[in-house]
Amino acid sequence: MPKIVSYSSRNSRRAGYIALQAGLVVIVGGLAYAAVVNAAQNLAQAHIASGFGFWNNTAGFDISQTLIAYSSSTSTFGRAFWVGLLNTLLVAGIGIVLATVLGFVIGIARLSRNWLVARLAGSYVELIRNVPLLLQLLFWYNAVLKSLPELRGSVALPGGGFLNNRGLFLPRPEFGAGFGYVVIALLFGLAATIALRLWARRRQDRTSEPVRMLWFGFGLIVILPLAVFALTGAPLRFSFPDMGRFNVMGGVEILPEFAALVVALTVYTAAFIAEVVRAGVLAVAHGQTEAAQALGLRSHTTLRLVVVPQAMRVIVPPLTSQYLNLIKNSSLAVAIGYPDLVQVFAGSVLNITGQAVEVIAVTMAVYLTISLVISLFMNLYGYALNVAGR
Amino acid sequence: MKRVATALALAMVLAFGTPAAFSQTLKAVQDRGQLICGSNGTLAGFGMPDPQGNWVGFDVDFCRAIAAAIFNDPTKVKFVPLTAADRFTALQSGEIDVLSRNTTWTLSRDTSLGIDFAAVNYYDGQGFMVRKSLKVNSALELNDASVCVQQGTTTELNLADYFRANNMSLKTVTFATADEAVKAYDTSRCDSYTTDSSGLYGERLRLTDPSEHIVLPEIISKEPLSPAVRQGDDAWEDIVRWTHYAMVNAEELGVTQKNVDDMLKSSAPDIRRLLGVEGQFGSAMGLTDDWAYRIIKAVGNYGESFERNVGQGSPLKIARGLNALWTKGGLQYGIPVR
Repeated sequence: MPKIVSYSSRNSRRAGYIALQAGLVVIVGGLAYAAVVNAAQNLAQAHIASGFGFWNNTAGFDISQTLIAYSSSTSTFGRAFWVGLLNTLLVAGIGIVLATVLGFVIGIARLSRNWLVARLAGSYVELIRNVPLLLQLLFWYNAVLKSLPELRGSVALPGGGFLNNRGLFLPRPEFGAGFGYVVIALLFGLAATIALRLWARRRQDRTSEPVRMLWFGFGLIVILPLAVFALTGAPLRFSFPDMGRFNVMGGVEILPEFAALVVALTVYTAAFIAEVVRAGVLAVAHGQTEAAQALGLRSHTTLRLVVVPQAMRVIVPPLTSQYLNLIKNSSLAVAIGYPDLVQVFAGSVLNITGQAVEVIAVTMAVYLTISLVISLFMNLYGYALNVAGR
Repeated sequence: MKRVATALALAMVLAFGTPAAFSQTLKAVQDRGQLICGSNGTLAGFGMPDPQGNWVGFDVDFCRAIAAAIFNDPTKVKFVPLTAADRFTALQSGEIDVLSRNTTWTLSRDTSLGIDFAAVNYYDGQGFMVRKSLKVNSALELNDASVCVQQGTTTELNLADYFRANNMSLKTVTFATADEAVKAYDTSRCDSYTTDSSGLYGERLRLTDPSEHIVLPEIISKEPLSPAVRQGDDAWEDIVRWTHYAMVNAEELGVTQKNVDDMLKSSAPDIRRLLGVEGQFGSAMGLTDDWAYRIIKAVGNYGESFERNVGQGSPLKIARGLNALWTKGGLQYGIPVR
C-alpha cells in the first residue's frame, strides 16, 4: 500500500521551502545594499569624488590604437572607454578564431598514428600549458620586437608596405561609391551558397546523391563579387604608407603589441583547446570508428563525418570556458602597452580621475557582459547539436 | 556659583595651554613601531633599493626623516614600492601612511582624491630624452615622433597638450610601469622618452649605452613634487610638512649632519628654536621637542640630502637649479620655526 502523504503536510513543507528561499534573498540583498551604502559613505567621508560625472570630461591623453575617431583634445573619458573596449573585442575575436583552428589541429594531431606527429603535438601542449601566460606574452613581445629591424632598416614589402619594430604598415584601402554593391553581391553569394548546401543535403538524404558543389560555391562567393566589382568600375584606391623623419606615415598600422598579444593568446589557448578536443574525440565510442572503417571510409573521412560531429557535444562546454579565459587573459595587454580596455580605462582613466570604485565596477561589468553573451551563444549551439545529434 | 565654576574652568584651560592636536595616523604609527612609506622602487636617485637591499633616494630620505622625528631611528620605515597607477589607491585605503614618490601636486589630485600635499620638496619639470643619432636639438623638431610614456601620470596629459599647442602630431606608446617604457625606448620602439626631468637623468643611467642619449633642453611643464597624506588628519599633515621645512631651515642656518651636535650650544635664537633648545614646538605636533635635531642628525639638511641623492655626490649630477635656497636664486623657502 503506497504511503499517502496528505496534501496539507506537502503544502506546509512547500511553504517552508519558499519561506527559506525568500529569507535567503532578503539576507543576500541586504548585504549587497549595505556594502554599497558603506562604500558610498566612506568615499564621501574621505572627500574622494564619486559618481559618473567624469564620463563627459575631456580625456587629455593619447591612445596608440583607435578603431574609432579619437582625439586627445576633444574626446571624453567615455570615448576612451569605447576605444579600449573595441580594442579588447578585436584581440579577443581574432584570438578566439585562430586559437580554435590551431587547437583543433593540434588536438587531432596528438591522436595521430604517426608517432612523431603525436609526440610533437604532445610536447607542444605540455610545454605551453605549464608556462604562465604573462611570461609567454613577454617572450613574444620581446622576441617580436628584437627580431624586427629599426625604422631606418625597414623591410619594404612588395605592394608598398613596410615592416619594422614600430609595426606592420600596409596600404590603406579607400572604398569608392560603388563598393556597396560589391558587398551586397558578396553577402548574396554567401547566403546562396548556404541555401544551396542545405538543399543539396536534403537531396542527399532523399536520393543519396553526393553533395558536389565546390564549383557553385566558388562561383557564387568569388566570381560574382569580382564581376560586380569590375562592372562598377573598380571603386578601390589604396593610400600607401611612406617613410617620414621619425615614423612611417599613412596606411594601415598594425602594432607589434597587437601582434604579440594575438600570438601569445592564440598559442596559449590552443594548447588547452587541443586537450579539450582530444578528450571529446576519445569520448566517442570506438565502435563508431570501427563501424566506419568496416564500411570502407578512410580515416580522414571517418574523422570528419563520424567522429568529430559526435565529439562536438562533449567539446562545446569546456570550449566555452576556454573562450572566456581568452577574453579575460587579453587584459594582460597592460604588460606590453597594448591599449585594451584595462590599460586605457582601468589604467589611464582611473589614475587621472582617481575614481577607482566606479571605474573598476564598470570594467568588471563589461567583462561579465561579454562573457555571458559568449556563453549564451555557445550554450545555444550546444543545445542545437544535442537536438540534431539524436 | 555657576559663574565662578565656569571662570575657574576657563582659567585652568588657559593655564595649562592648549593640548597637542591629536593625530590618529601618528598614534597608529607609534603603536606599530614603524612608518609605512609609499615609494617608487625603480627610480634612481629618488627611491630604489641598492644592491644590498637597503632603500636609498631623495624621497626615501624624506621618509627616514619622518621616522627619525617620531622614533629617533631612521631605520624604522617600511617601504612599499608602488606604480603610478596604484599609488593613490594605496594612500586612500590606508595601506601607507605617507606617499613619498615623486608625485606632482595638482588641483585635481588635491581636490578629488581625498589627499593633501604637504610641501613641495622638489621643483621639477617635464622633459624629453632622445638618441643622439636622431640629430634632434629641440623638442619642437619632434613632429610625428613616437614617444614612450608611463600611463596615469601628469606626463601623459602634458605630452598631448604640448604637441597640440605646437601643432605637431604625436604617436604615443603607453606602458603601465616606467620600467617597460624605458625598455621600449631602449629597443627603439619609440623615438623619445618623456618624464620629469629628474627622472630622465635617473633612467638614462639604466639604458644600455647612456652616452648615446641626450636630454633635450625644453622643460614643457611645471612638476612640483610633493609628499602626500590623507585628508582629515591635519596633525599628521603638519608633521610631514614641518619635516620638510625643518630640513630647509637647517640649510638656511648652516646646520649640517656633522655640526648639529655643536650647534646645540649655539646662541643664535633661530638655531635654538629649530633644534628645540628653546620653545615647545615639537610637543605642539605630538613629537618631542628635539624633533628637528633628530631629523638633521639622521639624514642631514635639505642641501645635503639633495647633493647625496641627485646632485654632485650622485651619478645623476643634477644642478640645484630651482631647488636652490631662495637666498641663492631658487625656490626652497623655509617657513619660520617659531
